[in-house]
Amino acid sequence: MIMAREDKPDRDEKLETEELLTIGVSPHIRDTDTTARIMGWVIVALLPITFYSIYIGGLSTLIVIVMSIAGAVATEAVIQRLRHMPVTIDDLSALLTGLLLALTLPPRLPFWMPLVGGAVAIALGKQVFGGLGHNIFNPALVGRAVLFVSWSKYMTTSWLVNPKAAVVNTAAVKSIDAVTRATPLYTMRLVRQGTLSLSPSGYYRPLLFGNPWGCIGEVSALLILVGLAVLLVKRLVDWRIPVYFVVTVMVLSWIIGMDPLFAVLSGSLLFGACFMATDYVTNPMTRWGKVIFAVGCGIITVLLRFYSNLPEGVMFAILFMNGMTPLIDRYMKPRPYGHGRAVSES
Amino acid sequence: MVELKTFRGGIHPPYQKEATAAKSTEDISLPAEVVIPMQQHVGAHNSPTVNVGDRVDAGQKIGSSEAFISAPVHASVSGTVKAIEGRPDFTGAQVQSVVIKVDPSQPPKWAEKKDTGSLSAEQIRDVAKEAGLVGLGGAAFPTFVKLSPPADKRIDTVIINGCECEPFLTCDHRLMLERADDLISGLKLMMRAVGADKGIIGVEANKMDAADALTTKLGGDSSIEVVLLEVKYPEGAEKMLIDAVTGRRVPPGKLPSEVGVLVQNVQTAVALHDAASTGKPVIDRVITVTGGGIKEPKNVLVKVGTPISHVIDQCGGFAGTPGKVVMGGPMTGWAQKDLSAAVVKGTSGILVLGKDEVEYGAERECVGCDKCIDACPMFLMPNFIVKYTKRGKYDEANRFGVQDCFECGCCAYVCASRISHVAYVRKAKAELAAAEKK
Repeated sequence: MIMAREDKPDRDEKLETEELLTIGVSPHIRDTDTTARIMGWVIVALLPITFYSIYIGGLSTLIVIVMSIAGAVATEAVIQRLRHMPVTIDDLSALLTGLLLALTLPPRLPFWMPLVGGAVAIALGKQVFGGLGHNIFNPALVGRAVLFVSWSKYMTTSWLVNPKAAVVNTAAVKSIDAVTRATPLYTMRLVRQGTLSLSPSGYYRPLLFGNPWGCIGEVSALLILVGLAVLLVKRLVDWRIPVYFVVTVMVLSWIIGMDPLFAVLSGSLLFGACFMATDYVTNPMTRWGKVIFAVGCGIITVLLRFYSNLPEGVMFAILFMNGMTPLIDRYMKPRPYGHGRAVSES
Repeated sequence: MVELKTFRGGIHPPYQKEATAAKSTEDISLPAEVVIPMQQHVGAHNSPTVNVGDRVDAGQKIGSSEAFISAPVHASVSGTVKAIEGRPDFTGAQVQSVVIKVDPSQPPKWAEKKDTGSLSAEQIRDVAKEAGLVGLGGAAFPTFVKLSPPADKRIDTVIINGCECEPFLTCDHRLMLERADDLISGLKLMMRAVGADKGIIGVEANKMDAADALTTKLGGDSSIEVVLLEVKYPEGAEKMLIDAVTGRRVPPGKLPSEVGVLVQNVQTAVALHDAASTGKPVIDRVITVTGGGIKEPKNVLVKVGTPISHVIDQCGGFAGTPGKVVMGGPMTGWAQKDLSAAVVKGTSGILVLGKDEVEYGAERECVGCDKCIDACPMFLMPNFIVKYTKRGKYDEANRFGVQDCFECGCCAYVCASRISHVAYVRKAKAELAAAEKK
C-alpha cells in the first residue's frame, strides 16, 4: 500500500532550486530599522550641538569628544574580544556612548581624562553587566560619575568663561561679569543666599544661543531641542520622558519659588532629559512606567539642586531612577488584552 | 470623511497588494496528481474512506471522522487513488494523505443552483459539515462548530472578515468584487444558522471598490452593514476585528460567542453559499500567488491538493532566484523547504520572496526600545517573554501572557534587533504544554 519513494515522479525535479530556499519562522518581512540605524539617528540628532560646541570651544572641545569616543569604542572592542564574543562596534552604540559622555564633560580637560571616562563608561557601565541591553545604568553617566568623584576639581570648578561664546551672546547680563567663573545654577545659589542680586531672566538668551559656562553639550538649549525634534520625528524616543521630566522640574522649581524657565534652560536638565533619560536600555518598558521614571527624575533633580551641596542633580537623578527601573517594570506590567474588561476602552 | 474603526496597537507594513489587486481570478490547469491531507483543519484527524486503486469522483468524500470538532475532506478531482501515505504538509509535519492521479477529462459538476431561502438553521449546519467547510482565512477551524454555539450563548452579530490585513494577499478582495452576491447570500445563511439579526462586513479602507460593490448589492437591506476599518495589521485578527467593529472584548481563552459574535472569513461565506446552493464541497479555493520572486503574480482558483510547484509553474515560474517560498501571507505564513507541499483549504496564498528580500541580518541583543510593546495588539511585553524563554523560565513567560499571544508577528516585524519573537513564543508554549502533560 505504501509506495517506495523512488516511485514518485516529479518529486525531485525542483531540487536544485529548493536547496537554496531560506526557511524560518514568520513574519517573513521586517521593518527597515536596525539597532545601528537607530543609534545612527541619535548621533545625527546630536550633530548640531556637537558641531556648534566645537565651533565655540575649538580644539580643546574637539579633543575631549575624540578622546571620549576613542576610549569607549576601543574598550568595547577589547572587552568583547577578551570575552570571546563577536565585536559589535558596528552597531554604533559604543560610539554613541562616547559622544554622549563627551557632551556632558567640561570643554577643557586633560586629554587622558575623557579617554578614561569613555573606557570606564563601557567597562563599568556596560560590559560588566553583560554588554548592550543588559546594563542597569546609563553607561555615559556612569563614566561621568566616576570622573566627577575622581577628579571633581576638574569637573566642577574649572569652568572657564569661553570668550567666543560670550561674543555670540552680547546680551549676557553685565552684572554677571562679577561671577563669570561660576555656572548660572551656582550663581543663582549665591542669589538665593543673598550674597548677590540678579534676575535669572538675564540668562535666558545666552543659555538658549551660546552658553559660555556649561558642559560641551549645554552650549545651546535651542540646539538640544533641535536634536529632540529629530528624535521625536523619527519616533526614536517616547515624548513622555523629556516632557514629564522637564515639566516636573518646572513645576517643583516654581513651587519652591524659583524661576521655572531658568530651571529648564540652566544646567544639564535639557540635555539629560532629551538624551540621557531616554536611553532605551535603562528606562522602563511601558508608557506609564516611563512617566513614573521621568517624574522621579524631575523630583530628585530639584531635591539635589536646591537641598544638597551639589549645584546640579540631573546626573544622579537619572542614575538613581535607572536603578529603580527594574522595580518599575515589575509593577507596571500592562494588563493583557481582554483581562478583566469585556468592553473596549476606546 | 467616514471615521475608520480600528484597535489599539498593530503595525503598518508596506502592503504591496498592487501586483494582484486589480487582476481577476483565473483558473489554472490541473496537475498530474493531487495530494489531499487527511487533516487540513483544527481538530480530529480524518480516516481515509477509500483504498488505493479506487476510482474517485470530484466532490466524493474520501476522509471523515466521528469526532465533533472535525471536517471531512473530499476528492478535489476525478481520478484514481494512487497512494495513501504520509506526506509533509505545509508546516513540514507528516500527515496521512490521499494521492489521486488526475483523470484527463473532468466532467462538469454543480452547475445546477437551487434556492437557499428555505433552508433551516439545522440544515445550514449540516451543509457546512458535509461540505467540509472550515475557516478559509487560514485558521481552518471547522465552520459548522462555530455555527453551533453553546445553548447559553446568544449570537446577535455575524461579522464577515473582509480586512485581508496580511500584506500581499488579494484573494478576499477579488472575491468581494467578483462574488459580492454570493458573499451576501453566505452571510445571510450564517445569520440564519445562529439566529443573528445583524450582519457586518468589515473591510479595510484600502479596498474601497469592494466596499462600494457590497454596499450597492446590499441596496436597502438594513440587516447587513459594511463597516470601513483602518488599514492596519492585524485588523483582521478575530479579537481585534470584534473590538474594532463592536467595541466588545473577547476574554482570554474564550471564543467570540462569549460576547455574542461570530466571525467568518469572506471566502468561507462564499463557500457556504456554494455548498448550500449547488452541493459543492470545499474542493478548491482562490489563492494569491505573488511576491517579487514570481514572474506573473495573480489570483488563481486552485484545487485542494495541488502541489506548490504546479501553481508556481502556472504563474510563469520564478523571476530570478527565489529566496523564500511562503504558504500564506508574509506575517503568519509558513516558509517552505521545498515545493512539494499541497495547497489546502486554509491556504490563502503562495508568496515568493526574492533572494535579496529575505536577508534581514542576524539576531542581536534587545536594547529595550519597547517598539514590540507598543505594537502588540494583545498588550503583552514580547521582549520579556523572549527574555524568560531564553533563560528557560517558562512559568515567567506564562506570567507575562505568552498563552494570550496569537503569533501575529507584529513584535518581530518592528524589532530593530531582528529578534524572532514568534519562535520564542512557540518554544515557550510547547514547553508549557509538555510541563502540563507531566
